[in-house]
Amino acid sequence: MKILVAVKRVIDYNVQIRVKEDNTGVVTDNVKMSTNPPDDNAIEEAVKIKEAGKATEVVAVSIGEEKAQETVRKALAVGADRGILVKTDGVIEPLAVSKLLQKIVEKEKPDLVFMGKQAIDDDCNQTGQMLSALLNWPQATFASKIEIKDGKLEVTREIDEGLETIEINVPAIVTCDLRLNEPRYASLPNIMKAKKKPIEQLNASDLGVDITPRIEQVKVEEPPKRKAGIKVSSVAELVQKLKNEAKVI
Amino acid sequence: MSVLLIAEHNNKELRPFTLNASTAASQIDNDVHAVIIGHNCDEAAKALSELPLIKKVIQVEAAHYENFVAENFAPVIVKLAENYSHVISSANTFGKNLMPRIAAALDTSQISDIIKVIAPDTFLRPIYAGNAFATVKSKDTKKCVTIRPTSFDPCESSGGSAPIEKTDPGEEFVKTKFIKREEVKSDRPELGTARVVVSGGRGMQSGDNFKLISSLADKLNAAIGASRAAVDAGYISNDHQVGQTGKVVVPDLYIAVGISGAIQHLAGMKESKVIVAINKDGEAPIFSVADYGLEADLFEAVPQFLEELNKLNTIQK
Repeated sequence: MKILVAVKRVIDYNVQIRVKEDNTGVVTDNVKMSTNPPDDNAIEEAVKIKEAGKATEVVAVSIGEEKAQETVRKALAVGADRGILVKTDGVIEPLAVSKLLQKIVEKEKPDLVFMGKQAIDDDCNQTGQMLSALLNWPQATFASKIEIKDGKLEVTREIDEGLETIEINVPAIVTCDLRLNEPRYASLPNIMKAKKKPIEQLNASDLGVDITPRIEQVKVEEPPKRKAGIKVSSVAELVQKLKNEAKVI
Repeated sequence: MSVLLIAEHNNKELRPFTLNASTAASQIDNDVHAVIIGHNCDEAAKALSELPLIKKVIQVEAAHYENFVAENFAPVIVKLAENYSHVISSANTFGKNLMPRIAAALDTSQISDIIKVIAPDTFLRPIYAGNAFATVKSKDTKKCVTIRPTSFDPCESSGGSAPIEKTDPGEEFVKTKFIKREEVKSDRPELGTARVVVSGGRGMQSGDNFKLISSLADKLNAAIGASRAAVDAGYISNDHQVGQTGKVVVPDLYIAVGISGAIQHLAGMKESKVIVAINKDGEAPIFSVADYGLEADLFEAVPQFLEELNKLNTIQK
């Protein structure tokens, strides 16, 4: 079984986001970038499946600017066998990403495609579902547990009401929740080894997909700030404030 | 052209966020039609027809729609979408799972999780866990939009009498099979719509200690929330998680107990009307969004809180 894992380079989850003064976006210059956190879970799961002898190859793919190569390299350092970078410039929407991934899937013919359930930058939560629609494959979104059972996957999904279990035939798409597993750290020897693993570079334009944005970003603004609150010195004072000032109890 | 709303239901009743999504749909265009796909869902379809904002209900019934599998739902909506300018649903796990499958089939770039309708093609949506708001304009002819339910008031639920039209079902997608759903039953208000939410974090130290949170929630007739750290540690189940990758809540009162306030958690609760934080670390970021901060050991403060509430005798029913 072959697993393709899509990884995205995003602003690190610990960075305090700043909106650009001209309201065209958020500041990304000199800001720490990392792998989108649930994409780390996706890689981890694929590598674990391979280690359990149930997959033969894990391929990491990223779509983005030249520097997204670092994100692919990180996936290689935690156990992916080889990488693919599809180079694009500027804004690329989930629909375009899923069309590019479709081309990669047609070429690589994986049995499974894993990725994070959402990217923490645009918070869209679309790409996996869109890719499965384009391929007409089953989708298991928000996965917190995956079991492989002869050619099928039993996936536990985190939904608003609790948990849902579905069974999907391979080939399929799985989007991963942060609770799926505990991503490992790359060891130094593995980081060194990853430098020798191949990364194939492609240009989005070579794949024959129209990736022109369909959504115009009119402006990006700071959200309204909450006005500063107060510290209370005791529980009695807190309850009195909630009752008489805020009038919420 | 008119707007097609995807109703969320459990085959018996409408799920509450359908009312919020109806409000959002009506702000795009007055002519809102709603599609309900399910199995033996006449009661829910009737409830849908009684929403005064809905002009027409389209009901699609088949056994394979009983469990809301997106692979079965999407083709039905894609076909109906021919007659509509917009397809709308809630940005909860139901809509998040389903809408992109529809959008891709329609070759439309979806707009997720809007918090405001500015114009029929222009919307406001939070990005970066709510640390920035983007105004976005769709250039697609058909628009697929998911709405953040807590940003739109629920519409009236009675008084309407829209006609219910039945349409033939589509084929079953056999490669995906529903096995089971484990719903956590509770007599407490639903987290997404509760007036008061009491949340616990890593500071609770164990699942057993969450009893303190439950006692406080019982006293205030509140829903129980949790930070991701608390869910990851196994103190409480995933359906309680508040934050960027969990639920977004906007109660009148949010009480954060033993929650440090990572930006990912704040993304799910910082629009609450009144925020209380109880934490022994005075530097915890949660205090930056709290209206009332109490720097204290939660294991002393929460029992005192209960005592004070008993004294007040203001049990909210």
